Parts: sequence; structure tokens; C-alpha cells
Amino acid sequence: MSFFKDLDLRKLPMQLLVASIITLSVSAIGMVELFGGRFVITGLFTMAQILFLGPTAFFAYRAAQEAPEGKKWQGMIKALLLGVGVGLVMVVFVWLAQNLDVRSIFINISPRLINILTFEHAGGATTLFIALVLSALAGGALALVPDKLRNALLVGAGVTLLVGLLSEILAERLRSLFGSQLSSAIIASKALQVVPAAVLFLLVAGISYMRQSGRIGKVGPTLKPSQTKIVRTALISLLLLVLPMLLGSYLTEVTNNIGLFFLMGLGLNIVVGLAGLLDLGYVAFFAIGAYTMAALTSTGHLGLAGISFWVALPICVAVAAMAGFILGMPVLRMRGDYLAIVTLGFGEIIRILALSDLMKPYIGGAQGILNIPKPMVGELALIRPEQMYYVILIGVAIAMFMSTRVRDSQIGRRWMAMREDEDVAEAMGINLVNTKLLAFTIGAGFSGLAGAIFASKLGSIFPHSFNLLISINVLSLIIVGGLGSIPGTLVGAIILVGLPELLREFAEFRWLAYGVLLVTMMLNRPEGFIPSEVIKRELHAGDEAEQAG
Amino acid sequence: MAMLEVNNIHTYYDKIHALKGVSLHVDQGEIVTLIGGNGAGKTTTLRTISGLLKPREGSVKLNGEDLAKYPAHELVYKGVSMVPEGRGVFAKLTVEENIEMGAYIDNDKARIERNKESAFTRFPRLKERRKQVAGTLSGGEQQMLAIARALMAQPKLLLLDEPSMGLAPILVDGIFDTIKEINKDGTTVLLVEQNASMALAIAHRGYVLQTGEIVLSDKADKLAKNETVQKAYLGID
Repeated sequence: MSFFKDLDLRKLPMQLLVASIITLSVSAIGMVELFGGRFVITGLFTMAQILFLGPTAFFAYRAAQEAPEGKKWQGMIKALLLGVGVGLVMVVFVWLAQNLDVRSIFINISPRLINILTFEHAGGATTLFIALVLSALAGGALALVPDKLRNALLVGAGVTLLVGLLSEILAERLRSLFGSQLSSAIIASKALQVVPAAVLFLLVAGISYMRQSGRIGKVGPTLKPSQTKIVRTALISLLLLVLPMLLGSYLTEVTNNIGLFFLMGLGLNIVVGLAGLLDLGYVAFFAIGAYTMAALTSTGHLGLAGISFWVALPICVAVAAMAGFILGMPVLRMRGDYLAIVTLGFGEIIRILALSDLMKPYIGGAQGILNIPKPMVGELALIRPEQMYYVILIGVAIAMFMSTRVRDSQIGRRWMAMREDEDVAEAMGINLVNTKLLAFTIGAGFSGLAGAIFASKLGSIFPHSFNLLISINVLSLIIVGGLGSIPGTLVGAIILVGLPELLREFAEFRWLAYGVLLVTMMLNRPEGFIPSEVIKRELHAGDEAEQAG
Repeated sequence: MAMLEVNNIHTYYDKIHALKGVSLHVDQGEIVTLIGGNGAGKTTTLRTISGLLKPREGSVKLNGEDLAKYPAHELVYKGVSMVPEGRGVFAKLTVEENIEMGAYIDNDKARIERNKESAFTRFPRLKERRKQVAGTLSGGEQQMLAIARALMAQPKLLLLDEPSMGLAPILVDGIFDTIKEINKDGTTVLLVEQNASMALAIAHRGYVLQTGEIVLSDKADKLAKNETVQKAYLGID
């Protein structure tokens, strides 16, 4: 049959296998069960359904996408086959779970799970099968629609899903800003109502579509690029100033955490992103900043000076920067992996030192330092997150300004040259010793600033707050955001610090989701969400060479 | 007085005695070539001159001033630029960014622009590809780029380490023509080469290096006719 000529099914078994394994895994580890009652859109569908139908749709889309140009309908055949395949696997799974005792090994395969998978009614295995096939077909169909429409649909669906997931927090905000009537009209029992969800989806998808077609720019008065920039800056500044009032305490607290990690990210971005020095002990400078602040300002018995936050702040930055300088010296000759290991060790040394009996009389060992006062403005102590927000905002603003200026200066070019090739950089007249030390010093200073604010924000600090995980988190966020890119660092901080905090319900699966995100990112978009120009080129140099040749 | 004077240098890699008393000099306006086989010490000599390696004995003097006290990166300020072996372009930066990086020590924007323009006039190929990533250039183009970049610092003395390495013969001709032109425009050149016949064809004088020692030195045309040189390096029996 010429209809099926060239139908390339070689990749399909692999895709089928992966889709099945993912669907089985999310079921068997208890994710599906946990979200069984968690509606995203009230009465319509739950988070669990997204979890066990989503993978099939995604892989069907991938399979369909590979269909040759001009024979796009072949994609639908692949999607159908994939859907039927996963459907059969899941039906067998449900049958096994109902008729054999598998719970002794897989404790999470409970009757409740089977109820959810079979859509809560007897004979639901057929429904499950049909639902999987339909999801696959939907995924396949997505590959057929034009790019712009597909992007618009995906953006709309993504935003709606996110809003649905965050609806509990949103409901609280809506209640306090606009009253409970509006709030319950939009969000009921932790999920979006059907109509607002549809409106939101259409609105977001519509805007996204219009933007891609370039129709939005023509609306409104035309401004010169320079004027647009001023207007935009003014709007963003205004938004940032009133943000705590819109967000409320809890979300402001989350924003503050994002801000602190963003601050650290900016510093590490200089060391790793611009200068190319892989530093895995970055938390050390954060700890040094925090302990300096604690020792200088604490009113407890470990306080040394009892000076105010504002006086102590520059000292903390200077001490952390000094530590960066000192760490920089012995590692000047090291590159890459070796540097990473030495800095890793340094980070641990600082943490263990803070825990040790040796330092206990000065910094309190495991009991830490208590009674660190909040920053004061006149007579007002900045206790609430909404007040602390402004301190962090100022810190971030200064750090962002400095990063941008330094990156675009001669020093920035020096770092770039050194990152690309140390020998050639030296032949170009660049003093490698100074350049490296400068990167370590400035990076450490930023981290010290974040640490100092952190200490004052918490009011007490303990060695456990400064574990390796923070270094890894900061490194991950600049990689996910885009190495060397400042907006990327912010996006990374929002995704890796903000989202896990907001999606607390995921609780036990948080780190799993985190790991999956990192692996998927590195495979599909290694340059990060908002990459800097040079890094993008580096990772796609092969593509360009193909185009050129 | 010679512009560059290398006096009896002994350089070691740990215990390996790589240079056993090399002396040579380069006068203003000359092209001097240093030829020799693999492992003769050509690159070691160049790295010692540029300060990347420190000699245990002997001295390197530029216009009478001892260079020992300067670290490698300060040599650029003294008017010495080096094109490292294997070209060493910044593979991920564009052609233009590479060239601008060469003017790192320069703070005069107008002069940088002028130098950039003259680099593009000298190498029209690079002008065509100014926005292209250097790593995707051909070997010959990368060599041009490395030379163009070194010239951005307006050196008085240009050190070239095996510019013909890994290039097709037709490109080698082009590169050597360029070196000759650069020299005519007033830059003194010290050229380290394995390709002895090409190097001797454009140089004024030459030195032959063998296992860390200078075994012969003469005018280039005379070296080219020397029996030992012909046998050992030019493949003429």
C-alpha cells in the first residue's frame, strides 16, 4: 500500500518503552495517588490525570513530529500506535494489580491508585485505555498544527496548569485584595473553576498568538526605542516597589528567598559564567557573610560589637570578598575539575569549622549565633517580610548594576578571554593572576552580601544552613537560567527556588521533580532558559558549522 | 644594537635540559627564522623569549633591556606579540571579537578602529567573515586571524610559532606572503618553522637548531644552499 510507504517506525518501540516506563513509574511511586483528589480545574480533571496521561501525549507528539515533511499524517499513525501501546501496558498493569498481590513489593500500588487510574468506576480499564489513546492522538495532532498556533496552545495550557496548581495561594490573595466573592467565583476548593480556566487559557493563548504574529506591537501609541525603554523601566520599578502589597506575607517571603539566591547567583555567575572558574564551594562565602553579620550585630552573648545592620553590612561584604581573594591564591594554577574539587573542599572546611569545638567559643558550634537584630530604619525595625523585601531589593539592584557594568567593561572582556583560552589570553597581555583573583573576590563579595542579609532576616544562624546543597543549588540555577546571563539567573532562581517553595504539596517528590528538570534541561536546552550570546554559540557551534559547510 | 638579543639561554623542563645555551639576535626590520626538526627546541626557544618559560641561565634582552623581570603578559606592553603554535584563536568568539581582543592593551578607541580597518584590508577574507564564530573558520583563515589579532597590539617584534602547521600548501604560500608584507610595513619578525624551504625563502637570516643547540647560522640564501641543511631539512640529496 503506497499509503504506508516510508512509514518509519524504527524509533517507535523505544518511545513506547520510555512512555510506558514513565507512566508506570509515576503510578507505582505514589505520585498519581497523592494527586488523585487534587483538581486543577474543578470537577474537570485532576493533577493525577495530567501525570498519567501527560507522558503519553508528550511522546506521541515527539513521535509525530519526526514524520517527514509532506507526509505529516503519518505522525497520527505513530501517535495512535503509541497510544494503543501504552494503553495496553496500563490495562495489563491494572489487571495485574487487581488480581495479584503486588503490594508486598510495590507498597504504593494501592486500591486507591487503581480507582484513580480507572476513573473511579467499574470497568474503568477500558476508559483508561481510551483516555490514553485520546491523549496520544491529541499529542500527535499538536504536531500537525502550525508552529505559532502550537506555541500559543502550549503557553496557554502551561499557564493555566500553573495557575491551577497555585490556586490555593492565589485564592488567598484574591480574597484579601478583592473580597471573597470574586475569589470563590474563580477558584473553588484549591482549583480553578471551569469558566475562568477557559477564559484564562483563551486569553493567554490569544495573546501569545498575537505576539508571535507581531500584531501586538502596533497597538497603542508608537514610541521611540529609547522612550519605550524608559517607560518599561519606570513600569518595572513601580511594580517592584508595590510588589509586597500585592503579594502578601507568604509570597513576599518566597520572593525574598528568590532574591537572596538571585544575589548569590549573580556572584557565582561572574566566577563560573564569565570567568569560567568552576566553584563548588560557593556557600562558604555566604556562610562567612552570615557569620560576620551575626558576630558583629548579635545582642546575645556571642555578639562582638553590637553595631547596627547598616554599619555591619559593608564589613561583611569586605570580609567575604577578602575570603574570596585568599581562596583564590592557592588555586590560581588549577583549572576545571581540579579547581572544582579544591573549592568543594573549601566549602566543607568552612561548614565543619563552624560546627567544630575549636570555634565554638566564638561562633557557637552547632548551637549557632542567636539574637541577631533586624535592620533598623530610624526607630522602625524591619521585621515583616514585606519590609525585609526592600533591603533585598536594594541589594539585588546594586548587584545587578555592578554585574552589568563589570561584564561590559574591560574586566568583562578579560574574563571572557581567560575563559576561552588562558594561554592566548596571556599572550594578549592579560594578567591572569589579577583577573582570576578579581573574579573570586567580586563573586565572593556578592555572596557575602546575600549571607549578611540572610543572617539578619532569620535572626539566628546555624552551621546546618550552609551545606553543600546551597552551592549546588546556586550552580544549578545559573546553569538552568543560562550561564553568563543576568536575566537567566533570575529565571533560574524563580524556577529552582521559587517554584519548589510554592509547590509544597509535591513535598516528597520535590527533589525528584528537581532532578528530572535538570536532566531534561541539560538534554534539550543545555544553554539554559535565557542564554547569553556566547554560550549559545558554543553549544550550537556544530549546527552552525553544518550550515556553513 | 640588536633589537632582540638572546644570550646563551639554558631552559629546563624539570630535569630535561631542553635548551643548551642558545644565542641568537634579531635586528630591526629583519625576518629571522629558526629552523629545526621535531624536538629540536624551536618552540621552547620562543616560549623562553616570550617569558612563558624562565631560563636557568642566560638572558633575553629587548633593545638592551633584560626581559627576565617581566611576566609573560607584560611583554605585549613592551611591543612583543606572539602568535602561539596551533593558532589559538578564541574558538567561540566571532572573528571581530577575536580581533578586538587583540587590542586589549589599547585604550584609544579611534586607534583600535583604524587598526581593525587595516587588519580587514590586509585580510579581506576575515572581513567577509567578521560575524562568524572563529572555531568554524578553516585552518588557513584561523592562522590569518591569529596574526591579525597579534598585529592589533601594534608590535615592534612579532613572534610566529609554526604558522604553516597543518595548512594546505596553497595556503602556506599565502601566509608566507603575508608575513613578508607585514615585515615590509615595518614589523620585525622572528619565525619558527619546520617548513625550512619556505621559511628560508622569505627570511633575511636563519638559525638551525638541533637538540637544543644552534648548529648553524647564516644569511638565509646561503643556508638554503648549505649541504647539511639541504640534506637534513630540505630533503635534497
